[in-house]
Amino acid sequence: MIKIENLHVEVDGNKILNGINLEVKAGETHAIMGPNGSGKSTLAQVLAGHEDYDVTEGNVEYLGKDLLDMDVDERACEGIFLAFQYPVELPGVNNTYFLKSALNAQRKYHGESEIDAMEFMELIGDKIKLLNLKESLLKRPVNDGFSGGEKKRNEIFQMAVLEPKLALLDETDSGLDIDALRVVAGGVNAMRSNENATIVVTHYQRLLNYIVPDFVHVLVDGRIINSGDKNLALELEEKGYDKIIEEAAG
Amino acid sequence: MKQETETEMLKEYAEQEYKYGFVTDIESDTLPPGLNEDVIKFISNKKGEPEWLTKWRLKAYEIWKKMEEPHWANIDYPPIDYQAISYYSAPKNISDGPKSLDEVDPELIETYNKLGIPLEEQEILAGVAVDAVFDSMSVATTFREKLAEKGVIFCPISEAVKEHPELVKKYLGSVVPRNDNYFAALNSAVFTDGSFCYIPSGTKCPMELSTYFRINEQNTGQFERTLIIADKESYVSYLEGCTAPKRDENQLHAAVVELVAHDNAEIKYSTVQNWYPGDKEGKGGIYNFVTKRGACRGNSSKITWTQVETGSSITWKYPSCVLHGDNSKGEFYSVALSALKQQADTGTKMIHIGKNTKSTIISKGISAEKGQNTYRGQVMINKSATGARNYSQCDSLLIGEECGAHTFPYLDVKNTKSHIEHEASTSKIGEDQIYYCKQRGISEEDAINLIVNGFCKEVFRELPMEFAVEAQRLLEVSLEGSVG
Repeated sequence: MIKIENLHVEVDGNKILNGINLEVKAGETHAIMGPNGSGKSTLAQVLAGHEDYDVTEGNVEYLGKDLLDMDVDERACEGIFLAFQYPVELPGVNNTYFLKSALNAQRKYHGESEIDAMEFMELIGDKIKLLNLKESLLKRPVNDGFSGGEKKRNEIFQMAVLEPKLALLDETDSGLDIDALRVVAGGVNAMRSNENATIVVTHYQRLLNYIVPDFVHVLVDGRIINSGDKNLALELEEKGYDKIIEEAAG
Repeated sequence: MKQETETEMLKEYAEQEYKYGFVTDIESDTLPPGLNEDVIKFISNKKGEPEWLTKWRLKAYEIWKKMEEPHWANIDYPPIDYQAISYYSAPKNISDGPKSLDEVDPELIETYNKLGIPLEEQEILAGVAVDAVFDSMSVATTFREKLAEKGVIFCPISEAVKEHPELVKKYLGSVVPRNDNYFAALNSAVFTDGSFCYIPSGTKCPMELSTYFRINEQNTGQFERTLIIADKESYVSYLEGCTAPKRDENQLHAAVVELVAHDNAEIKYSTVQNWYPGDKEGKGGIYNFVTKRGACRGNSSKITWTQVETGSSITWKYPSCVLHGDNSKGEFYSVALSALKQQADTGTKMIHIGKNTKSTIISKGISAEKGQNTYRGQVMINKSATGARNYSQCDSLLIGEECGAHTFPYLDVKNTKSHIEHEASTSKIGEDQIYYCKQRGISEEDAINLIVNGFCKEVFRELPMEFAVEAQRLLEVSLEGSVG
């Protein structure tokens, strides 16, 4: 689905990613773990197309196309979804209206007709149950005055409605209590299929108990220093990052 | 000394009238530029006005001559030469306008198309020589018949002067006196036409009144005069303006609007105004210096001003409410957009006189490109206004780096048993907000529209339904390309 080759990224002249190689196939879930400042979130933002990140070297091929050549909204329409670590507030913009606008923009991109209001309400009715979201949140402005947990759930709710091909979850577990974590993970798991893929960016192993990855990669100083299966995450949890870094170096 | 000069002047004025009489050729249709007493007499005569009104105008002119153009507003424009303006011209000869839409500024045509304005209407708006009045004439006639059944009077003010002189005489200048301000004095002296509306006691006006349906619409633009009276227990909703950018050769527009609400009456006055803003350099745009004021004379009366202003190169207007009646209410909802090089200094005045009077101010200013937007509002609670309440909310939204927003709230409270609340905010459409929308698949332009519409929602919902939809579309078109 996505193939990242030798990706180098700078922000304001500071090197953040120093040659990332990663391939994710349809049906797979990959976890990117690493200490703070290792470049995990940068990787997610670069794939989404954030302008502040300069790609200085490398290629990213997504569904046979050059991903780095596409604008942010084009990538979104092609099925890339980023669940933000810090979801942005849009005061005055109704949550439901926002989501409908997004869905219709994507449908338009694919040459499909706009979804009618009835159909849309039915669709979100199903998804809202999946994420155990309060219906009142639908009527409120996007993320405005939401609690931390509500914001994260709202992200996954949007994801459930937009049904992306490649979901990027950026520290989705931060700020969630254990019950909310279970609900959010349940939502993500319900969407997993052979057609789509997920990249989970996280600092802690905790989330991976619920969203079980096929592969785990350890990112340090902008490089993947170690890759393995879900057991690597457990090992990391047990030994700590320092130990793993030492071992990788040795 | 002062007394002496005044007497002298009055004498001179009286003699003048005698001496010169009517020198201007009343057959001519357009006056040469310049303003003097003869010009005013000419206008009054042309309109077939009674003597009291001619005198009323001349007095206004005397007042105006002694006043100075105000410059306290946060706007900047080259000096206006009032002697270079022609104060009367009859409806334009058809052959004077552009021959077809091909001769009209293509950018204007593009805007019309974006707003979905039919071709014939485009021609009228752009001043193309077409004979298109016939339609609106017939519509207007049926419309007036229906209103007459209810006793509602809705006609050009020039007609009201003849048909209903007692009403005009009683109310004209009773809310905005001739000496109120420089532009109001000028308007009082030279106004050419405008709307007159009277709703009798106990009557709910059966439809929304719109200037669109008014006969004699042409050529009233520059110094328009509107007078609306809602008698006891009556209700009227009045719509002014048009979303299409209207071109006008007259750069200066100084209108006066007066509203009077008696006991338990309610007036809703909604404006969507989109005067030509000028080109990218601000050249050729309209100066809109208008005085709008409503008097809640009766107990429990209510006046609501709602405005969406996107046009003009300069806007200077403060629709206000004077709350005389006990328990009366004044409301002001405003969206003002300044893009290109536009300047807007707008806001409201709420003057609380009666007991338990209430006012609400919701102002949304949007600045983009090089636009400068100023909110200027005054809330005055008089000594008599025990239990008065005001809530003001002024929000500014900035799009881009070169624009500006300014807020000047003035509070003047003379009664301690009153309550005032003021909230203000300034926000920028953040890059992170646009990025967030784009990441969901929404284009940059649509993202800005979403955010702007969200920002204006509280005002839009005060507008009649179709008007709100138009206003929303208008903002979208006006903001197009302002973010790059």
